[in-house]
Amino acid sequence: MVTVDTAVAPTSSTPGQEAGGLTPGRVLAWACLIAIIAITLFPFYWMLRTALSNGTTLATAGTSWLPVDFTWGAFRRVLGLATLEEAQAEGGTGSAVDFWVYLRNSVLVASLITAGQVFFGALAAYAFARMRWPGRDAVFFVLLTALMVPPIFTQLPNFLLMRDLGLINTYAALVLPFFFMTPFAVFFLRQFFLGISREIEEAARLDGAGHVRTFFQLIVPMSWGPITTLALLQYVQAWNEYFWPLLVGSERSVRTLTVALGVFRSQTPQGSLDWPGLMAATLIAALPVLLLFIAFGRKIVDSIGFSGIK
Amino acid sequence: MTTTAVPAAGAPASGAPAVARPVGRNRETWVALGFILPSVFGFVVFYLWPSVRGFGLSLTDYQFFSDTSFVGLANYQRLLGDETFWNAMLVTVWYVVLNIGFQTVLAILLAVLLHRLTRSVVIRGLVLAPYLVANVVVALLWFWMLDAQIGIVNQILSWFGIGPISFFGSESWAIPTIAFVNTWRHLGYTALLIFAGLVMIPRTLYEAGRVDGASEWQMFWRITMPLLRPVLALVLVITVVGSFQVFDTVAVTTMGGPADASRVIQYYIFDLAFERLDYGYASAVSVVLLVILSVIAFVQLRLMRANESDLA
Repeated sequence: MVTVDTAVAPTSSTPGQEAGGLTPGRVLAWACLIAIIAITLFPFYWMLRTALSNGTTLATAGTSWLPVDFTWGAFRRVLGLATLEEAQAEGGTGSAVDFWVYLRNSVLVASLITAGQVFFGALAAYAFARMRWPGRDAVFFVLLTALMVPPIFTQLPNFLLMRDLGLINTYAALVLPFFFMTPFAVFFLRQFFLGISREIEEAARLDGAGHVRTFFQLIVPMSWGPITTLALLQYVQAWNEYFWPLLVGSERSVRTLTVALGVFRSQTPQGSLDWPGLMAATLIAALPVLLLFIAFGRKIVDSIGFSGIK
Repeated sequence: MTTTAVPAAGAPASGAPAVARPVGRNRETWVALGFILPSVFGFVVFYLWPSVRGFGLSLTDYQFFSDTSFVGLANYQRLLGDETFWNAMLVTVWYVVLNIGFQTVLAILLAVLLHRLTRSVVIRGLVLAPYLVANVVVALLWFWMLDAQIGIVNQILSWFGIGPISFFGSESWAIPTIAFVNTWRHLGYTALLIFAGLVMIPRTLYEAGRVDGASEWQMFWRITMPLLRPVLALVLVITVVGSFQVFDTVAVTTMGGPADASRVIQYYIFDLAFERLDYGYASAVSVVLLVILSVIAFVQLRLMRANESDLA
């Protein structure tokens, strides 16, 4: 069982081996850490550098560390702001990219999935953590088994289900399988709800509040931290999902950004890919998640330990 | 909620304070059912029923457009003689071995470095950054950086007189390359899981070790590694089961090629179902994948339980 503080409280500790000072070992260790961080971050810089380069001269410039022949052209192409001539002059195809449509689809799908998962997950978590009813632990266990099933196993039949319902290439197909239930959300919130003291709830009970009121007016406001964290994690995951949207949402009108990037890549199987355009598109696709991360990084980092150590 | 304590027959037998409130309890059950109803609906419709149907389909020759008939275990028999399947199995295992190998060793290193050097959340955040970006983005990014002609990695290798290497385009490099790319994406996440385990090791053990004159290296092998084993076992379950299902990177970069060299099992299932429309057979292969993953998870969890005493 998780004790929340293992993940959330780095307080109990002064930094590791501060007593040793700058020994050769510590210098070496820092060098290692910095090297790993550099390898972690360099590709992001390279993505930006390429996106700001001119496609026609990029190939000749090799390892130039700065953007080659600096231009906003790639971003303009991706956002549909460039004219055909402009695009072709910088090595783009000039074919229209429905970026804004894909962006809208991604935002819509990820938002709906997150809202459903967090809301229904919180309801269920409350029933499992704070209420007593026959069969509770058995039902909880059965729901958790869904964690073990590899997604592809259920996604093949789910595809047929969506097809039978006539929902292929609709938002409903993209959202529904994730909307009501994710074992992780239930488990995650249940752990937090278990930690809430009974007395607070008893007090509410004495004031005549039923479970519904207790949940909405007491538990939810008290658990705003974990709920936001869960929402962030699920949003990032929904935003990044590729396999399911590829199966049921390949049509342009419902295509998400991840699927669009895959299509973009496969349309030019050989030779002259528009690398600056592609990198500009990947950067924009990654941007919302990176912004969320900059805003809520601490919550996300802290929750990682929690999600793993069950 | 009423407080009329009408002792129900047999209920307060435990001798606990009379809390039996049949009316209230009954109502609580109904409210609870209301609370879990959406989740149970989602579970039944999108997990349970598809699972049953998946097994069912694997016993048919379902092909989308023609009549379907029950074929018993024929799909499973066919699987035994299907060289592409066995190749896909082999390729996947090779990928898992490489990916888990890189990832575990590097993640332990990174976690220990973080633990011994700094408590900075910013630094922990930085190493997590690749994990938050979509597989597709990561795949395209490295596809560009590892490009055979003008990719930065080959440019740098050429300074040392190496290459050019066709990372995604050669049969021997395709899988190691995909394993490397996914290690890059998951390293920070895995390291933070291990880091959470390291934080749980009592600091006094290290202090005692230092008093006894143990070096960092000795403390790592005598204190850190033994006490980390349960956490490591769990991390391995998560990462092994996860990496068996590699798909996105393959779909975006190599599409299974060259010559099936990177046709991993999940890509093979996708290919069977949606390119060749051989849905029944694809279902059978996914049943096999399910069984393999269950066995792995079961064995690893048992091993973990065997190690639990270490932290006591």
